[in-house]
Amino acid sequence: MNSPAPDITIRVNGESFTVPARCTLEELLERMDMGSQRVAVEHNGDVVPRSEYAATRLQDGDRVEIIRAIGGG
Amino acid sequence: MTDQDILTIAGRQFRSRLLVGTGKYRDMAETGEAIRASGAEIVTVAIRRTNIGQNADEENLLDVIPPSEFTILPNTAGCYTADDAVRVCRLARELLDGHNLVKLEVLGDQKTLYPDVPATLEAAEKLVADGFEVMVYTSDDPIAAKRLEEMGCVAVMPLASPIGSGLGIQNRYNLMTIIENAGVPIIVDAGVGTASDAAVAMELGCDGVLMNTAIAAARNPVGMASAMRKGIEAGREAFLAGRMPMRRFAAASSPLEGTFWQGGA
Repeated sequence: MNSPAPDITIRVNGESFTVPARCTLEELLERMDMGSQRVAVEHNGDVVPRSEYAATRLQDGDRVEIIRAIGGG
Repeated sequence: MTDQDILTIAGRQFRSRLLVGTGKYRDMAETGEAIRASGAEIVTVAIRRTNIGQNADEENLLDVIPPSEFTILPNTAGCYTADDAVRVCRLARELLDGHNLVKLEVLGDQKTLYPDVPATLEAAEKLVADGFEVMVYTSDDPIAAKRLEEMGCVAVMPLASPIGSGLGIQNRYNLMTIIENAGVPIIVDAGVGTASDAAVAMELGCDGVLMNTAIAAARNPVGMASAMRKGIEAGREAFLAGRMPMRRFAAASSPLEGTFWQGGA
């Protein structure tokens, strides 16, 4: 009998999140309501091009940073 | 005059010599209004984490200053190591669809926000090697400025006085030396407090001035943005026109001949 894969825990912008196993970066951004926002993403320290969000699968313990431009000098 | 007087940075051409930041404004509307009043074409932004789960439809800074209309200059403000600065630049490049012009600053200390020059040199080297066009914030040390230029930075940006201090130009002789030695644009970055400071920087021969707090912390930021625009233009025109020599004592403006009265000193 196939049991569903267990959820995984990742860190996004320093906070802990539980997401389904095999969740992609694209799905993560959609879950966080950021699918259409102007952001950039770093996955375990590497910048991920937008074109690779859908192909990037998250693993337990991964670190994700989602950044944007804000006011500054 | 100003139509032909173009500032060229890394092959990009600009008519405005005032570069402005987007920090410390009351809201997005004020940010947009002040930046438009300044006439600036190059606008700095900071790179930070998004607020997860908050205001998904919150207004984005890049909607107020769209990259189609302005040259966005992401900064590495808040970075105290070369590696952190490089990391921020790489994320910024992705955020801005491959745009590779960045403002590098690696800070040394929270009290002065003075640049850590050795760490700045290290970061500049890595960024240039990675294809970035680096506009670099540095101290007013002529040797550091020259090293950064030799390393391939596209503009060198010495401070006039500490970031956010409004103390104006504290060492004009160092700035003059940096300008005289330079083969890339020299942009005074940090310390300007009011329009006369901006004019003085331009009169010294700087290629431009980058400021944020002087506009954003003015009682009326939009009014100050307009004043800064004029200060920059006046200072630039005065520099190009060439000021009169200074002399210690008076030189009469009216003829000494032809007076028809008796007396005199």
